[in-house]
Amino acid sequence: MSGPLVLGIESSCDETGVGIVRGHELLANEVASSVDLHARFGGVVPEIASRAHLEAMLPTLERACAKADVDLTEIDAVAVTAGPGLMGALVVGVAAAKALAFALGKPLYGVNHLAGHVAVDLLEHGPLPTPCVALLVSGGHTSLLLVDDIAGVRGRGIVELGATIDDAAGEAYDKVARLLGLPYPGGPVIDRAATGDPRAIAFPRGLTTRRDLEKHRFDFSFSGLKTAVARWVETRERDGLDVPLADVAASFQEAVCDVLSAKALAACAATGATNLLIGGGVAANGRLRALLAERADAAGVTLRTPRPGLCTDNGAMIAVLGAEVIDAGGRPSAPDLGADSGLPVSRVLV
Amino acid sequence: MPDPRPGGLTLALDTSTDVTVGLARGTEVLAAERVTDRVAHVEQLVPLVHRALASAGATLADVDHVVVGLGPGPFTGLRVGIVSAQVLAHVRGVALHGVCSLDPIALAHATAMSSASASEWNSAGGVGGRPPSGQGDFVVATDARRREVYWARYAADGTRLQGPEVSSPDDVARLPTVGPGADLYADRLEVVDGPRVLDPGLLAARGADLPDAGTEPLYLRRPDAAEPARRKSVLHLPPGQAVRR
Ligand SMILES: [Zn+2]
Repeated sequence: MSGPLVLGIESSCDETGVGIVRGHELLANEVASSVDLHARFGGVVPEIASRAHLEAMLPTLERACAKADVDLTEIDAVAVTAGPGLMGALVVGVAAAKALAFALGKPLYGVNHLAGHVAVDLLEHGPLPTPCVALLVSGGHTSLLLVDDIAGVRGRGIVELGATIDDAAGEAYDKVARLLGLPYPGGPVIDRAATGDPRAIAFPRGLTTRRDLEKHRFDFSFSGLKTAVARWVETRERDGLDVPLADVAASFQEAVCDVLSAKALAACAATGATNLLIGGGVAANGRLRALLAERADAAGVTLRTPRPGLCTDNGAMIAVLGAEVIDAGGRPSAPDLGADSGLPVSRVLV
Repeated sequence: MPDPRPGGLTLALDTSTDVTVGLARGTEVLAAERVTDRVAHVEQLVPLVHRALASAGATLADVDHVVVGLGPGPFTGLRVGIVSAQVLAHVRGVALHGVCSLDPIALAHATAMSSASASEWNSAGGVGGRPPSGQGDFVVATDARRREVYWARYAADGTRLQGPEVSSPDDVARLPTVGPGADLYADRLEVVDGPRVLDPGLLAARGADLPDAGTEPLYLRRPDAAEPARRKSVLHLPPGQAVRR
């Protein structure tokens, strides 16, 4: 396998990631997570995440080079997440990447985090048939994308079909876990606790009424669901009844996964895409994978699911996106590259 | 005219206030670059390093020492300088020397004062002498936002005696005060003539003489983070009726 040797740096949220790829070949993917530091706050605290990025950056870089058995001087290019994400967190990665590219005398590519979640699939499944629909779900984002070209150059590039209008799906998991007395992060614990009947409680499916679908066909909303769970639990407690954790968790999870998978497949149908790719931390969720697989199969859509270690935020996804951008003839970022916390997904390369 | 001798250069970065880059050979300042933009640190720092090196006809390969200001200063900007210095030193395979960012400002002030008092001593015909200990102490203050300042107390020769700390200007030692924060609270601090900005050229040329402050940023404040309170009721029960979990 050939292609440029690219080092990618990711620091948009609470994972410090450094990955190294040669074209579509993964050589190293080192991640330092600050998730434990945020646990008692019930969500990512930006300043804590930023401090952790600074502490972890150089050690993670060194580990990645050692793992890939690559000397920094061999690197052809440096790629970095320029956005979207938490500003203070992004800045640490961008500053490190700029210093690294300058010190090595190699080009720097500031790229889009969301596009990275799409590109990472290349490392496992090779070239992506396009157009493709991508469903990205994590604690920080919930987006439905149409991908014509990962590098963002050909055709429509990457288009956002929809996104959450309030909480991200992962955030809803965190908040519901907290009100059920479960630890942070909520995704894995609710997935494990959801052993009950998913139809036991009919929790609302956000933005699925006919009126909502007119304006928000591919958008998501999880804030009302979270409130509905809280209301249900409190009513039980007020009435002196026990709270059937397994049923509540399963019913909540079903509501989230039902909406995510229904809208993702509706997007495939609407765009004619026959491939659906999932990414982000919540893509590791067992029920979401199962429901998507079932519905994709019924619709004749091929589901592409990177392995969990590549679904969560990491540097390899940024490195492989950098390799794609280089392959597509993308120009290196300007020397005054900064971080953009609200970078739209239509801008793959900054 | 670029110096033909390669190597032996010290590169200094500080982003605790402005974006600043200094370059020196030994104690000779070769470049002192500054961007007075306190929000564009990540955008400006590397271009400034490039400019400093280019102006001296040098490259990063000539740099054998890296000095970095560890703050205190606004966190996001501060981290830009520190992580950049870490990476540059790592790629060059040289050690990183971290210093308190108030120290080079104090050094500049102490140097100016001692040459001033020397010329005063000379013009007075050699009468007088060094002031008694404690008399020449001074404070360096920088803006900590939130109506506070970062500050430290120094002896006349620039030795840090206390700090760095963060506090209200009213809790700063009542001493002659210099530094970027001095004029912000001119009514509450004993503001005197002296440096108002960090000189990155001096940081590069004299950084080796400044005390080692480790490699961790001098944040001085905990992150803003509140542990979540008990869950809010969504049922709006009258007080006393809520069932305890
Ligand atoms: Zn992500």
